Formats: sequence, structure tokens, C-alpha cells
Amino acid sequence: MNNVLFINTFRFLLLLAVQIIIFNNMNFLGYISPFPYVLFIILYPVNSNKFGLLLASFLLGLTMDVFSNSGGIHTAACLILAYYRPYLFKFSFGLSYEYQTIKLNDVITPERFSFILFSVLIHHFVLFILEAFQFSFFWDILIRTVLSTVFTIILCIIIIYLIKPNRR
Amino acid sequence: MQQIFNFIYKNSNRLLFLLLLGISLFLTIQSHSYHRSKVISSANFVSGGVYEKINNVSEYLNLRTQNEMLAQENAKLRSYLFDLKDSTAISKLDSVKGMRDTDIIVSKVIHNSFNSYENFLTLNSGANQGVKSDMGVVNSLGLVGIIDNVSPNYSTVVSILNVKSQINAKIKKSNHFGSLVWNGKSTGYAQLIDVPRLAAIRKGDTIVTGGQSVIFPENINIGTIDRIYVDNQTHYYTLNIKLFNDMTNLGHVYIIKSKDREEIINLEKGRKNE
Repeated sequence: MNNVLFINTFRFLLLLAVQIIIFNNMNFLGYISPFPYVLFIILYPVNSNKFGLLLASFLLGLTMDVFSNSGGIHTAACLILAYYRPYLFKFSFGLSYEYQTIKLNDVITPERFSFILFSVLIHHFVLFILEAFQFSFFWDILIRTVLSTVFTIILCIIIIYLIKPNRR
Repeated sequence: MQQIFNFIYKNSNRLLFLLLLGISLFLTIQSHSYHRSKVISSANFVSGGVYEKINNVSEYLNLRTQNEMLAQENAKLRSYLFDLKDSTAISKLDSVKGMRDTDIIVSKVIHNSFNSYENFLTLNSGANQGVKSDMGVVNSLGLVGIIDNVSPNYSTVVSILNVKSQINAKIKKSNHFGSLVWNGKSTGYAQLIDVPRLAAIRKGDTIVTGGQSVIFPENINIGTIDRIYVDNQTHYYTLNIKLFNDMTNLGHVYIIKSKDREEIINLEKGRKNE
């Protein structure tokens, strides 16, 4: 149990640091900015305390907001993703997901990929809607969401493969 | 009573979610209004300190361009000096008022954002150095933004690449005024709106700050006209301005401290109250 807590705290800090130092400075074509820090919420242990996840994602988003001067947009997006995560599990892995042992940081199967895809999509959509905060930017929001989602997912998969525990 | 507790216990997860979501939406809405939250900003000592540490490292990567910019600015200032009649005599202070009306605080950009609709910079000088909210920020090439939040050692700047910012600007040769805004698209361009149709403008004309603002002195460079079109609704000109500044690469900046600002603001406030 302690080990899980330690790994998650470490992941929390590491992903935030990498996001703030490296990925926040990326800006391809004026549209595409990746947010692979959502990987923390995606990789959070499946059957653990829901309170813990909500509070952790609140802190995660708040830290991002403090560092990017954006009010509460990251916080709201992270919370919504954290709250709807069980439904996404149900959608991607089938009804009995609670009884299976789902390991997300492993080889990418179609189920895992669809879970990551929808998680990132929800997070980015909420994020960009709240960021623009007006409907005159609607198409802009959609384009940003799609392009950033693609970019974030590529980075997420790379990161997952990098931190994957190697098997003998 | 029992039922209430039961309800809270059953739905505790949802209630916590709604509470936290409420807080975050409150922060979001507050950040979009004019009076921004003072706490959730990168001017506080934690994030300011972290950004300063990061900047200490990344500064080395563009020392060359910063040096070139400084050398060019020096050359320009030198040329003014050589054109004076007596280059050794110190020019007199403004003799009418007996003092200069603008002061400058040198500062460094330690964090720069340019990939959202509302972009902010973080500077490494704050209230201890005499920075106050609503001061203008420029660099050697031109306009940068306006000071927003100030903490003891750091301050945030509303960049001109912010859809909420609106700065009074004019066409240098004809003195026609307009408002400089940003449409949230390209980082190299801003828009000058509400320019009257009477204005004789050509592509390539220079845009500078206007004298109507108490934040900026007159005639600070902004950019050149890149495209001219007529707004369908208002029938005023809208000009696409190519900025002199590369807003994605900023080093040292100057914060403009206008001595007369308080006086002008107080005067206008008094007129409004009457």
C-alpha cells in the first residue's frame, strides 16, 4: 500500500515538473500544445479510493493553473476526467472491469488505447472550452482539441512505454 | 436526520466532486473577469521562484540573440547621442515641470506564455522594486503588455497577445486612433480596430501607441500594417498589424513608471463622481 502511495506521489511530482518545464513551452503551429500530465489520472490505480483520486486531481489541476495563470480551467478539466473515469473504464473494458486486474501501463491493446483516447479527449475538450469561454471560438476549440489530443496521446504512449515495468 | 446522513454518506463522492468543481469553476469565471484572482497567479513566491530557477538555466540558450538586441539598441541610442550639438553636455531636465515624467524599471521575463487565448508573462521584479498594477511594459523593439498582478518580488503582465487586452494606438503619420486587440490566432500579428475610414493608410505604415493612454507614453513602436480590410458590421477599418516584437522570445523588458499617472487618474475619477 505504501509502495502504491509512494509511486503515485512520485508520478504526480514528476509529471507536473516535466509538464511545466518542457511541455508548456511547446507550441506547434500556434495550436498544438500537449498536456501529458493527465497521465497521472489515467494511470491512477483502478480500484483505489475515489476520494483520493478526486483530491489528487484537484491539486494537480490547481498547480497547473497557478503555473500557467489560467484561473481554474485545468482544475475543472482534471476533476471532470477523474469523476467520469469509472464510466470510461466501463465503456472501454466492459461491465466487469472491477473484477479484472487492469494494468494500464503495459503494452497498448485496443481497449487501453480507447480508454486513453476518450480520457484525453474529454479532458482537452473541457479545458479548451473553459479557456476560450465564448462560443465565437467554437471551431477553433474543436480544432485545438483534436490536434492537441493527437499530440498528447502520442506523448502519453511514449511515456507509458518508457516507464513500463520490464518483464523477464 | 438518519436519512440525511445516509444520503450524504451514499453520495459523498458526488458531493465532493461537485464541491471541488464549484471551486474550480468559480476560479475560472473569476479569471475571465477584469478583477482577477490574486492567489492563482504565477506571481506568487512558489511559482515565481520555480520559474526564476528554470529561467536561470534557459537564459543561456539565447544569450546570443539577447546580446545582439542589446548591441543594436546601444547603437541606436549612440546615434541619438552623436546627433546632439554638444555630445558631452547632459541634456536638461524638463524645464517646465522641473522633473522627468517617466521612470524606467529594468526587469527580466522569467516565464512567457503564448499558446492560449489569454497569455501572461511573469517578470522577476515586484512591489519591492516599485512595480505597481497597470504600469506599461515595453522592450527595445516595442510594446509588450501591461502589469497585472504584483507580489513582493514578482509580477505578471497581460501580454498584447491576450484577447482581453485593449490598448490605445495610432497610425504614426496621420494620428488616427484605434484600439489594439488580438484575435487569438497568430502570435506574430495583432489587430488595430475602429480606425476611421477617413484615415489615409497604406500597407507598411508604422503603428505606435497613442497619447490617450495614461499607461504608455506616446510613440512607442508596435508594428507595421500588414493587411487592411473593412469590418462588415461597424464599417471601420480593421488592420492586421505585424508586430515588431517576437512575442515568443522576450528577454529583458522595461517597466514604465509615469509620474503624472496618479494625478491624471485622480482628476478623471473626481470628474466622474460629480
